[in-house]
Amino acid sequence: MKKEERIVTNLKLTDLSKRYGQVEVLKHINLDIRSGEFMVFVGPSGCGKSTLLRCIAGLEEITGGTLEIDGEVVNDRAPSKRGIAMVFQSYALYPHMSVFDNMAYALKIANAPKDEIESKVAAAAEQLQLTPYLQRLPGQLSGGQRQRVAIGRAIVRDPKVFLFDEPLSNLDAALRVATRIQIAKLHEDLNKTTMIYVTHDQVEAMTLADRICVLRDGRVEQVGTPMDLYERPESLFVASFIGSPQMNLIEGDKAKPFNAHTVGVRSEHMTVSPDGGAWSGTVIHTENLGADSYVYIDMGQEDPVVVRVDGSTKYRSGDAIHFSPLDDKIHRFDADGKPIA
Amino acid sequence: MTAVTESADLDAVKYEVRRKNWFARIRLGRVLTHILLLLMVALWTLPTVGLLVSSLRDKDQLAVSGWWTALSASEALGVTRIGTAAEQVAEAGHFVIRGNLFGSDTNKQLGGFGLSNGEPAATEPGGSMAMKEGGTISVAADGGFEWTSDTEFTHTRGPRIFYLATIAPRFTLDNYYEVLTSNGVWRSFINSFTVTIPATIIPILIAAFAAYALAWMRFPFRGFIVALVVGLLVVPLQMSLIPLLTLYNQLAQLFGAEDGKTYLGIWLAHTAFGLPLAIYLLRNYMVGLPKEIMESARIDGASHFKIFTGMVLPLSFPALASFSIFQFLWVWNDLLVAMVFLGAQQDRLVLTGKLVSLLGSRGNNWEILTAGAFITIVVPLIVFFALQRYFVRGLLAGSVK
Repeated sequence: MKKEERIVTNLKLTDLSKRYGQVEVLKHINLDIRSGEFMVFVGPSGCGKSTLLRCIAGLEEITGGTLEIDGEVVNDRAPSKRGIAMVFQSYALYPHMSVFDNMAYALKIANAPKDEIESKVAAAAEQLQLTPYLQRLPGQLSGGQRQRVAIGRAIVRDPKVFLFDEPLSNLDAALRVATRIQIAKLHEDLNKTTMIYVTHDQVEAMTLADRICVLRDGRVEQVGTPMDLYERPESLFVASFIGSPQMNLIEGDKAKPFNAHTVGVRSEHMTVSPDGGAWSGTVIHTENLGADSYVYIDMGQEDPVVVRVDGSTKYRSGDAIHFSPLDDKIHRFDADGKPIA
Repeated sequence: MTAVTESADLDAVKYEVRRKNWFARIRLGRVLTHILLLLMVALWTLPTVGLLVSSLRDKDQLAVSGWWTALSASEALGVTRIGTAAEQVAEAGHFVIRGNLFGSDTNKQLGGFGLSNGEPAATEPGGSMAMKEGGTISVAADGGFEWTSDTEFTHTRGPRIFYLATIAPRFTLDNYYEVLTSNGVWRSFINSFTVTIPATIIPILIAAFAAYALAWMRFPFRGFIVALVVGLLVVPLQMSLIPLLTLYNQLAQLFGAEDGKTYLGIWLAHTAFGLPLAIYLLRNYMVGLPKEIMESARIDGASHFKIFTGMVLPLSFPALASFSIFQFLWVWNDLLVAMVFLGAQQDRLVLTGKLVSLLGSRGNNWEILTAGAFITIVVPLIVFFALQRYFVRGLLAGSVK
C-alpha cells in the first residue's frame, strides 16, 4: 500500500527565494516536481543549483516563498522531518563508524527496532553489492564503494524524495559512467521514487533526467524533457548549454539572410559540400572518431564552427569548405537571446 | 660464450648504477636535518636518563660521582669512629675490639686506612697500625677490623679511623622506598593526582560543549564570544589570583568554613585558567571538521546533542588528547596556583611544593631529590606516551573525498 501513497508525492516551489544579506542567490523560483520524476538541476557553477537543493533539504533557510512537499508547506520543518534523503558530493560518510553503522544511523536515531534496522540495511547492502563490506570503515573502501555507501544510507531511510548533490564529480571517468547507470537503475528499482539531482555536467543531465531544470543566475531558465531542451531551447543560454559539442552560434551579417540576430545550428544539422552553400570558411582542425568526424571551420567569428560528418573526413587543415544548415533544424534568436517563432 | 660474458658485464653495470643511486640519494639537507633531530632527541633524553640512573644509585656513590660512572666502581673516602673500651672482650690474655668500618654496607672494598685526614690510606688492607690508645689495629679488605692490646682499654671516646673504599656499582630502589615512605612524597603524589585529574577533565568537558556551540550552532553574538575567548588567552593569571582568593574566602565565610583553600577551589581555578585555551583549540579543530558530516547527520535526524556526542566528540579526539596533555602537564607542574589556592600544609601539599620543601630541608640528600624528581616527571611521561599517537593520527580518513 505504501507504494500507492507515494504517487501523490509532489514538490511544489512557489516564488522561492534565498538571500545571503544583500546578495540574492535564488530569485523567485517556481517549479513543480511530479511524483516519481527524475528531475535534474543543471547550470554553470554559481547558478544556485546546489543552494536550491539545500533549500529543499532544509539545510538552508528559505528567505521568501514557500516549499510544499505532498501539499504541506515545509519551510520551517527540520530536514529529518521532510521525508527526504540526501547524497553529498563528498559522500559525508561518518568516518569512525562501520558501513553498517553508517547506514543504520538514521534508523537508530529514530529508535527503530533492532531486527528492522538489520533487515533494512541488509536489503540496501544487497541492492548495492555492499554486503561483504558491512563491517569495514569508510577509510578502507574505494571511491566507488564509498559513493554506494552514501546512496545506501539514503535508501535505508526510505525517503519520499532523494536529493543528489553532484554525486559523481569525485569519481573517475569510468566509474562515473558505471555509477550513473546504477543510479538510473536505482530509480527504476525504487518504483520511481522522486529524485532530484544536481549536476553541472550536461551529459549526466541528458542521460538521467525525466525532466531537466536549467538554472542561470538564480533563475529558472527552462524546464523540460531532455529532448525538449535539445530541440526547442527557449533561450540562447539553454541552446548553448545543452548538447555536445556546443551548438554553433552564428551572428551578424552571416545571420541576416535568416532574419535573426543569432542563428544556432547543431553540428549534426549541417551539410558540407566543396562548392556552394550558405556559408563558407577554412578548415582549421579535424577530429576523426571513426563512426563520425568533426570538422572545425574558421569563418571569421570568435569561435570556430563545428560540423559533424558521417564516417571519416577527407578534409585537411587549410582546405576551403562550404556548408549549409538543414532548413527545419535552425534555431533563430533575437538580440535578447529569445527564440523567434 | 659471448652471451654469458655480456650478461655478466651487464650485471656489473647494474650494480655500479645502483651504488651510484644510493650515493646520489644522500642529500646534505636531509643529513643535517637528521643530525639536528638526533641532537634534539639527545638533549631531551640525556637529562631524563641521568635523573633516572641517579635516582637508582646507591646514595653514597651518588654523592661522590656522576651518573655516567654508575657502571664502574668508584672510590670514596670515609671515616668511622670505632668502639670504646666498653666493647672490648678479653680473649686469651688479650683485649680485643672488633667491628666493621663499613657498618652493614657490603659493597665496599677497602683501599687503605689511616689515622688522620691527611693520610687516609697510610696502611694497606690487611696491614696493622699502632694506636695511640695502645695496641695495634688491623683491617681486612672487607672492612672488618680487629684492635688488640695486651692491656685493658680504658678510652671512653672511640678513635676515628679514616679509610679509602672502593664502592662496587649498586642499583637499588631504596631511594624510592625512602622518599615514598618517610618523606611524605607519597601523600603529595596523591594530592597532586587529586588536583590534576579533575582539573584536566572539568575544563575539557566544558570546553568541548562550548567549542561545538561556537563552531556549529547559530546564535546571536557568536563572533563576539569567540573574539572574547581569544582575548582572554592573553590575560595573565597572576592578575586574578588575589581577587579570586578574596572571593573564595568570602564564600568560605558565608558557608562557615575555615578558609577558602579547598580542592574544589583549585579545580575551579585551574578550570577557569585553562578554559580560554581549551575553547580556542577545540573550536578551531571542530570548525575544520567537514560540514557535510554534520549536515548528513542532521538529515538523518540527529539533534545537536547527538551530533556532538556521536560525530564531533569522536572525531575531535586528537584535539581533545592534545589539550589533555597540555592541561595535565600544566596543572601537574604548577606551583603558584597550588600554593595560593591550596596552601602549604603537609596534608594538602602537591608534589611540586613537596619538591621545593625537600630542596630546602634535604638539599644535600641527592638520593632523595633525584628519586623525588623522577616520581614527579614519571606521570607526565606516561600521560604523554599514552596520548601522543593522537597527535599524528588523522581520524577523518574515508569520510570525504
